This record gives sequence, structure tokens and C-alpha cells, in this order.
Amino acid sequence: MTGSSREMARPFKELWRELGASRDFFAVQGLPAPAPEATPEAYFAALGEAVLIEAGCSREELAARFGKFLAALGRIDAAPPVVASMTVRGGADKRGRPETLDITLVPGDVVALVGPTGSGKSRFLADVEWLADADTPTGRRVLLDGAPADAARRLSLSGRLVAQLSQNMHFVMDMAVGPFLCAHAESRLLADPDRAAAEVTALANELAGEPFDAATPLTALSGGQSRALMIADVARLCASPVVLVDEIENAGIDRRRAIALLTGSGKIVLVATHDPLLALLASRRLVFSGGAVAHTLETSPAERRALAELAALDAVLTRAREDLRLGRTVAAHKETH
Amino acid sequence: MKCVTVAGPPSSGKTSILLKAAAVLAGRGQRLGVVKFDCLASRDREAFAAAGVPAVVGLSGALCPDHFYVCNAADAFAWGARQGLSILAVESAGLCNRCAPHIEGVLAVCVVDSLSGVDTPAKIGPMLRLADVVAVTKGDVVSQAEREVFAFRVRRVNPRATVLFVSGLTGQGADALAHVIAAAPETPTLDGATLRFTMPAAVCSYCLGQRRVGADHQMGNVRKMDFSEVAP
Ligand SMILES: Nc1nc2c(ncn2[C@@H]2O[C@H](COP(=O)(O)OP(=O)(O)O)[C@@H](O)[C@H]2O)c(=O)[nH]1
Ligand SMILES: [Mg+2]
Ligand SMILES: [Zn+2]
Ligand SMILES: [Zn+2]
Repeated sequence: MTGSSREMARPFKELWRELGASRDFFAVQGLPAPAPEATPEAYFAALGEAVLIEAGCSREELAARFGKFLAALGRIDAAPPVVASMTVRGGADKRGRPETLDITLVPGDVVALVGPTGSGKSRFLADVEWLADADTPTGRRVLLDGAPADAARRLSLSGRLVAQLSQNMHFVMDMAVGPFLCAHAESRLLADPDRAAAEVTALANELAGEPFDAATPLTALSGGQSRALMIADVARLCASPVVLVDEIENAGIDRRRAIALLTGSGKIVLVATHDPLLALLASRRLVFSGGAVAHTLETSPAERRALAELAALDAVLTRAREDLRLGRTVAAHKETH
Repeated sequence: MKCVTVAGPPSSGKTSILLKAAAVLAGRGQRLGVVKFDCLASRDREAFAAAGVPAVVGLSGALCPDHFYVCNAADAFAWGARQGLSILAVESAGLCNRCAPHIEGVLAVCVVDSLSGVDTPAKIGPMLRLADVVAVTKGDVVSQAEREVFAFRVRRVNPRATVLFVSGLTGQGADALAHVIAAAPETPTLDGATLRFTMPAAVCSYCLGQRRVGADHQMGNVRKMDFSEVAP
């Protein structure tokens, strides 16, 4: 007999222990809650006519649906997709000229995407997300671990390959930080959601200037705090192997540490930015123009020295901002590089 | 012709993502057309026309929107076939949450808005439960964490469905949506097709236009609530 008919003869309490979400089936359909000792077989056989009319289907259909529901629940995949490398091979620009691009990224790599609005950065992201296989307008191909993904893998990775952090994104849920992070950890089926939530809150506090705690409502977080929480959450709780950072403003968060947190968690990091402190943290830069990558630049030693100078300038500005915030007078900081 | 039913709460982004998918499909030489069922007038037709997507809008007006939809579904299909469409999308917003327009053997898409709150997936009903594909919209304005929690809640209600994030604003995810739509089975006709869920078994005096409130004015299929006091 099939697996599902075996399930139908086991008491609900056992099913619930293994697949907690299987209870949802009844609540969501407005069916009476089953007794823990009852078996699905007995439960569906005993359903009254009025309940069946309300549910809009027969006993047999309902039982079959429950069987399918159980089977599908067992397949929900919370495990992170593991990607050892991601390769993007060029296609053609808007005028059909070949794109000189062949880049392979491994966990911990940071690549900056630069170029004016409309130069093709969004299309590049869309190609990565959909694992383009010469079947999008750019003709690009995206390989995982050196091979193209088949249709089933592309669909199952859809929305799970790339996590996104962008300026337009905000927390909108009416929940406090702690319970929300627990809900996120639970959605990953992590063993200890409370600990994971506490860890993310602590990390976010290290990134953000102003402290917040588990009881702070998500929607009450400042811009900097939200950004810090989003980054810490993506680093620790999000399963996606690739992260796109789209212009994080310098709202009082430590950008260098933010990127280090992401790379340290084994992410491939794409940063779409013209902020030199962010862009120069990347080891490579894709320069977009006319819908395609025009050059791939390595960050040069001279640029690394420039980054150190810019970081020192930024530190001066940050201190002055901090002085103002704390009601002090702004000191003239003498040390220069 | 392929056929797809696209259902979801009002303003969840159905029209927007259909427009994005239509553009991707057009790039591959496939013509998508839309029949939109609604209970109130909207500007969707202009939006489709402006994008060069053939579209017809049907308004249920005083009729039950669910019954109005089923009564016209086969005619909608025939219209699409006459237009020479590759794919007919049937968009419906007028249906109540109790109901679903989805048909056996026809690709069923449910559109839900990630701004609408984590409890929404559990409240949407058969429209979501019986869908093959759930498109989660407006992810471009919420955090990654919230998108993931929302998608998880969707999967708990309908673990069979393919869940896609699609932005009606930026078009992100439209490639995947276009792919699943293009992979829908060929539908030879809707004549004789079976709904995935029953329609409301109404026909009471109010269905026939009665406006007066009270027991004297009620006839037909009437169900009364139980208002008896519950012992504490
Ligand atoms: N930010 C954002 N807005 C969206 C998205 N999808 C739809 N909208 C907006 O939401 C509103 C309703 O969208 P519409 O497609 O008409 O919804 P429908 O009633 O389900 O057809 C419009 O103002 C759209 O521009 C999305 O993914 N992101
Ligand atoms: Mg619409
Ligand atoms: Zn209805
Ligand atoms: Zn009625």
C-alpha cells in the first residue's frame, strides 16, 4: 500500500509530533479539530454532512487532500541550497554586440556592480536569480558549480538563491524584534529559534550605533537599526547563498563590518553601489553600460590605499556626527593619514 | 491554447504581474490575453490595452460574482481561442474568500501581497489552498526576512504549490512566472471542465433582489446563526 494510506491509520498525535504543520490543514479549511487519539481514517469517516457541504467536497476527496498535504509538507525544504561556485558567462548588449564577461564567484567573494541607472544592473540580477541559460534578453548563462541548472532546480531555487537588501525595503510587520526573529528561525526549522534570535539581535546591535532589544517593535527601528538587523538576519538566518546589497545608505552602520559579516557567513556578495567605501571593499567591479558588462576591473593596490584614506575621512565624519548626537561640541580631530 | 486562472485579493498585484509575464512571453513569441472578472469597474482594461495585451473585462454587477464567473468561463475561453492567443489568463478579484475560480487541469495561480500581514495566507481559503503556483508580490518593499516568513506561511497552507516571488513593480521574478505559465498544459476546451471547489449554494430571496431585512422577507436557502447564550 502507499505511504499515505499507512499514515491514514496512525493517530493524529503521532503525525503532529513529526509534522507540526499538519494541524494547519484542519484550521485552514474550517474543519473541526481532530482528537489526538483519532486516526485520519476514523476522523474523515465520521465527518458530518453539514461539515462536508461547507468544505465543498466529499469525504474521500478530503482524505485524499490530507494525504497529499502530508506528503508535500514532508518535502518542504528548509535546508540551504549549497553553492560552491557561481559562474556568469556573457551574452550580448542591447545592440547585440558580444559581452566580454566570464566571472566565477565563490563563497566569501565580494563584487561591486557599478554604472548609471538603466545600464543593466537589474537585468544582471534577474539573470542571476533565474539562472539564465541563454534564454533571457541578454543571452547570459549562469552556472552553479560549473553546470547549468535544469528547469526543476531553477524553479526550486527561485527566490531562494539570492537574498536582497535594498534601500527601498522596510520592516512592515506588526511584531517585535525577538518574536519576529523566532518566527524566521522557525521557518528555517532551526532547533533553537530563541538562541538564534538572540544571536541576531546581538550582532545587529554591534553594527548599529543606537542599541535596541528584542522587545522593540520592528516598525519602530530607525533606518540604521533596520539596516543592521536586516544584515545580521541575512547573515545568520537566511538560507540564500548569494546576497545582493543595493545601496545601503551610511545611516550610522559600519559598512565594512556589515560586508565582513556576510562574507564570514559564506555568502557570495554582490553590491550595487557608488559609495566608494563599499565599492572598493570588493575585489572586483563589474562596470555596466548599454545593458551589458563593459569591463571587469580588479581593485588595484592604489585603490586600496585610496580606500584607507577614504575610510579615515569617513571616521572623522562619523566622530563629528557622534559628537553632535551626544550634545558635545565638535572637536577638530588632528590625526591624518 | 493554454489557460491559467489568476486569483487573489483586490490590489494584490494580479494585473501588474500578468503585464510583466506577458512582456517576457511576448519576447518568446507567445501571445497572452486576459479576461478579467470583477464586481466593480476598474482601470485594468486600459492598463492591458496600453501594454498591447488583448483583454476583455466582465462586471458581475448585481449578480453573485462567483456564479457570474463560472457562467462565462467557457465563453471566455472561446474568445481567447478566436483571438488566436497562445495563453489565456483569467483574472478574478471579484470572488469572495470562500470561493476559488480554479479549474481541474488548468494552471491555477494565486497572487498574495507580502505587505498584507503574516496571517493572510491562512485566511485566503481555497483560492490559495488549491493553487498550483503562488506568486508573492511586493517583496521589493519588505525585508528579506519578512519575505521568507511570509513564503513559509504560504507553504504551510499549500505545501504542494510552487512559490515564486514576483514584483509587479520591478518585474523581478517575471522570468520564473512566465516559465511556469508557458509550461501549463494545453486546454482543448473548458466545456465540461470541473471546478476545483464548489460555488456558493445560494438562491435565497436576496439573490433575487430583495432588499428588506427581517424574517418575513427571507425565502429559499436561508441559514440562521445560533445566538443562544453560551453557559459560562
Ligand atoms: N511595490 C510594489 N507595488 C506593486 C507590486 N505589484 C503591484 N503593485 C502595486 O499595487 C497596486 C495594485 O496592483 P494591481 O496589479 O492593480 O492589483 P490587482 O488588483 O490584484 O490586479 C498598484 O498600484 C501596483 O502598482 C509589487 O510587486 N511591488
Ligand atoms: Mg487587477
Ligand atoms: Zn464566493
Ligand atoms: Zn442569496
